[in-house]
This record gives sequence, C-alpha cells and structure tokens, in this order.
Amino acid sequence: MPHILVDNIVKTFRIAQRRPGLWGALHGVVRREYRTIKALDRVSFELEPGELVGYIGPNGAGKSTTVKVLSGILVPDSGRCEIDGRIPWRNRISNAANIGVVFGQRTQLWWDLPVIESFDLLRDIYRIENGDYLRARDELAVLMDLEPLYDVPVRQLSLGQRMRCDLAAALLHAPSVLFLDEPTIGLDAVSKLAVRDFIKRLNRDRGVTVVLTTHDMDDIEALCDRVMVIGHGRILSDSTLDDLRTRVTRERRLIIDLLDEGQAIEDPDVTFISRNGNRVHLQFDPDRVPTAALISRITAKYAIKDLFVENPPIEEIISRLYDEHELR
Amino acid sequence: MQSFVLPYTAVLSARFRMILQYRAAAIAGFVTQIGWGAIRVMAMEAFYRSTSAPQPMHLEDVVTYIWLGQALLGLLPWNPDTEIRNMVRSGTVAYELVRPVNLYTYWFSRSMAFRLAPTFMRSIPLAILALLFFGMQAPASPEALLFWLAATVGAVLLSTALTVILSITLMWTIAGEGVSFLVSPVIYFLAGMVIPLPLFPDWAQRVLDILPFRGICDAPFRLYMGHIPATEAWEVLFHQVIWIVILVAFGAWLLSRATRRLVVQGG
Repeated sequence: MPHILVDNIVKTFRIAQRRPGLWGALHGVVRREYRTIKALDRVSFELEPGELVGYIGPNGAGKSTTVKVLSGILVPDSGRCEIDGRIPWRNRISNAANIGVVFGQRTQLWWDLPVIESFDLLRDIYRIENGDYLRARDELAVLMDLEPLYDVPVRQLSLGQRMRCDLAAALLHAPSVLFLDEPTIGLDAVSKLAVRDFIKRLNRDRGVTVVLTTHDMDDIEALCDRVMVIGHGRILSDSTLDDLRTRVTRERRLIIDLLDEGQAIEDPDVTFISRNGNRVHLQFDPDRVPTAALISRITAKYAIKDLFVENPPIEEIISRLYDEHELR
Repeated sequence: MQSFVLPYTAVLSARFRMILQYRAAAIAGFVTQIGWGAIRVMAMEAFYRSTSAPQPMHLEDVVTYIWLGQALLGLLPWNPDTEIRNMVRSGTVAYELVRPVNLYTYWFSRSMAFRLAPTFMRSIPLAILALLFFGMQAPASPEALLFWLAATVGAVLLSTALTVILSITLMWTIAGEGVSFLVSPVIYFLAGMVIPLPLFPDWAQRVLDILPFRGICDAPFRLYMGHIPATEAWEVLFHQVIWIVILVAFGAWLLSRATRRLVVQGG
C-alpha cells in the first residue's frame, strides 16, 4: 500500500458562462449556459514516504485541483485516492490532521492577529498538546527566523515574511505530508532561497513527503528528483528531471567566448542560436557528435578565450513538452 | 471533552477579541442606535397620542421594548458572517476545509462571536443610558430577569443558526449582497424591530407565533417586562429550542451539500 495513491481520478467542473456585454448579462439571467471543464482526466500516480515531487504544468492544467482533491476539499467524480489508507474527502477530518497545506496565493493566518496568536489558535484547532506545540514552533522559528515576527499583525508582514509564517503554520501539527501550491509565487530572490532551503531540510531531515506545485523551474531544479508534468488534466510525464530532459531533447548548449568579435563559427554539427558581442550560443546533439570531438575541432579552428557546455534550461524543456501536447 | 470543544471555543474567543478591537465601529453604532431609538420612541408616542382605542401594550412597555431592541440590535441575523464572506470571495475558504474540525460547528462558533462581540460592546452602555435617561424600565421582577436571560441565550443560538445559513448560501451566490438585501428587511420586520410584534393584528399573531423570528427579540423582551408572564416562559424557551434544532439541522445539511459541489474561486 503506497503512502499516497491516486488512481484514475476524474474531476469536472460545470461553469456558468456569460456572453460579453449588457445583452449577454441579461441573457444570462433568463437562461444560463454551462460549460463543462475536465480539470482532471484520469490522473494516476503513487508516492512513497519521504519523496519530494515537483508537480508542474501551465495555468489551469489541474495542479491545484489535484492538491485540493488530496486535501479533501474537492470530491472527484470518480477514481480512487488514499493517503495512508484514508480517503481524503470521506475521512476529511482525520486526513486533515495528517497533512499540511499551503496555498501560496492565500494566507491561512488571521489577518488582524499577531502571528503568534494565529499559531496559538492553530494549536487549539489541531488539538496539539502544548509541549509538542512549543517544541515544533521553536524548531520552525529557528529554521526560518520567525521570532522577530511573532508580535507583528499578519496584515503588516511582507510577502516573504508571510510565506515563512504560512509554512510554519502548516507544520505545527507535524504532518507527514505537505502540499505546497506555488509557495514561491511573488517572492524576491532571497525569500525564494530561504523557502527552498527550508523545504529541502524539512524533507531531508524529517522525512516529510512534499508535493510541490510551481511555475518556477528553479524551484524544481533545486528541490525535486521526481517531476510530474500535467496538462489538460492528464499526466504527461512522470520521471526524474534528468530522464525528462533526455526524453524531450538530447541537445546541449555550447557557449563560446571568442577572442575576435568579427568571427563566425561554422561547423556542420552545430546550429547557431544567438550572438552577443564576443559570446556565441550554439546547439548540438551529443549523439551525432561526441562533445569532446566537437570541442577539440572548434578550438583547433578558432581563437577562443573561453567555452562551456550546458543543458538547455528547464523552461525550454517544459515548453517543448507543452508544445508536443499542444498546450498553447 | 475539553479537547473536543477546544477548537470551537478557541476560534470563538479569538474572533471575539478581534472584533473588540474595532472601537470606532462600536462608537458609531452606539450613536446611530441611540438616534434611531429616539426616532422610534417619538413615532410610537405620536401613535399612542392619536388613538383612544385600547392597545395591547402600554406606552411605557413599548418604550422599554424599543430600547431593548436598540441595545440588542447586533443580535439580529440580517447578514452573512463577513469573515466567511471574505473567505468565499477570495478562495481562502479552502483552508477551512483542511482543518480537522467539524465545519458546521466551526462556522457556528465563528458566527456566534460575530453576533455577540459587537452586541456586547454596545448593549451595556446603551442600556445604562436608556435606563437612566430615556424611560427604559428595569425588569418587571427577579423572575422576569432570570427568564429574560435564559431566553436571550436562546436568542443568541437562534440568531447564530440563521447567520450560519445565510453564510452558507454564499457558497452558491458568492457575492452575498443579494442575500442581505432580501433578508434584512424581512428579519427586521418579523423580529419586531420596526413595530413591536404585539401591535400586529390577530391574524398575523398566529403566523408570527409559528415563525422563529419572534424568539430573537420579541419574546425575550416581553419576558423582561413581564408582558409574557413567568408562567408562560417555558413556552417561549421551548419554541426557541425547537427552532434551534431545526435550523441547526438544516444548516448542517446545507453545508454538506455546499461542500460537495464546491468550486474554489481562483483556481
């Protein structure tokens, strides 16, 4: 029995549609027209304890819907789903005590209360024994430097501070699973790093299973071994990041800093991508030409200051995958 | 037991403390309610002076009835819980469903604080002022005071149960202005906040006796001034209890329906 089981989940929404303009609004009063959207179309996956999985896909692909089904907020039309043997929507209360959820765009803290009072309130709502609560809170406070924020009303927190507090709030009851729905959205670079670092430590040191939805590919690259890509409510890919890379494209980037600006590089095995002053970006396929062979050929032929080989950025890989499935 | 009720009492007391922070709103409400009370008293005085027919209530009783009403205006279930409304609009309501609590009881606690806290702040100073200067009378007897207090507890539960139902309808309508717009005049009228219910004609009394709204203001007020004798107090309490049970059961059913068809706003 896996830790988290999702088996052929289907979820459709019926959405009232309105035609634009005043006439459309009036028409909508008399006769509603509905459009059915298949948010999840036979989604299946399994997770083992302690996994850290990235869940990515374009807006409206079904990421948040999946998280909401797993948290017991939404009831799917069909399919099976269990977390530690509990069906989230049927055993909503016992499941809720076992999971932590953060929706990045919304806060679960009380807007008008100081942070510490929100935490105290969550202790009571989750019925956490006071000793356990203080231990968990202090640990989280050290990891994310929360103590200076304790007495600040939530509405006065910056987005980065709020996200740190929200993460702590989701973990006070020591859940075994954490669902993070875009936890780095809108954060500055420093806050993003802090949040990433925290998630990594949480997963590594405490073995908390983490499902992370994000649009930020740096999040994925920094955190996740396993990546699931969803589009149109279907899982398009479920593999390690490296496998995803090799499957979508074998291509590598060759970046060359020339000594002489006017020079052009010509070689039958490379394609030209872009040029910026002395720097030239090229692309090649290591199956057609071994990297070492290509480099020695080019260095022999041209005057070169510096050179390096890179994987294509993950954004491009994902964007190709989307293109393959006509997600745009 | 203590751990069972803890989430609910905690959220109630937190909300209560939060609302107590809004002093400006309390002062504004206080002033407005004195103003409205004075106008309503004047209108009733004019009405009593213009009629020679015997009325079912003495003018002094009507004055007390009006001031009690002004003091306890905050208990009227005329709108959905604003906090729940904001949560439904913004989609934060999703977090409500990931708490390991019974959602209905949780919302009931929230809404009870929403009704109680503002009332608590305004009612005491307003009642003192009305007793000293505006012709409001003291309770008819110690017994009357006791039964009034008991009936006020019932009124709070009744009002909260109705508020929760209004809040749940937001899961369908989202905006919530419409509900307040439709419901508030009806509630004001049927609870006796426009014209004291005893002044309604006989045929209306039979309907009002069945409806739950009488239990929120009219019946407790009349227990206070002895207009309903203490011997009939049990009927008032029984009527309240029946309606509380019905409205709680209906609310819980409605909420389970609402969460089954939930579409969380904002993806």
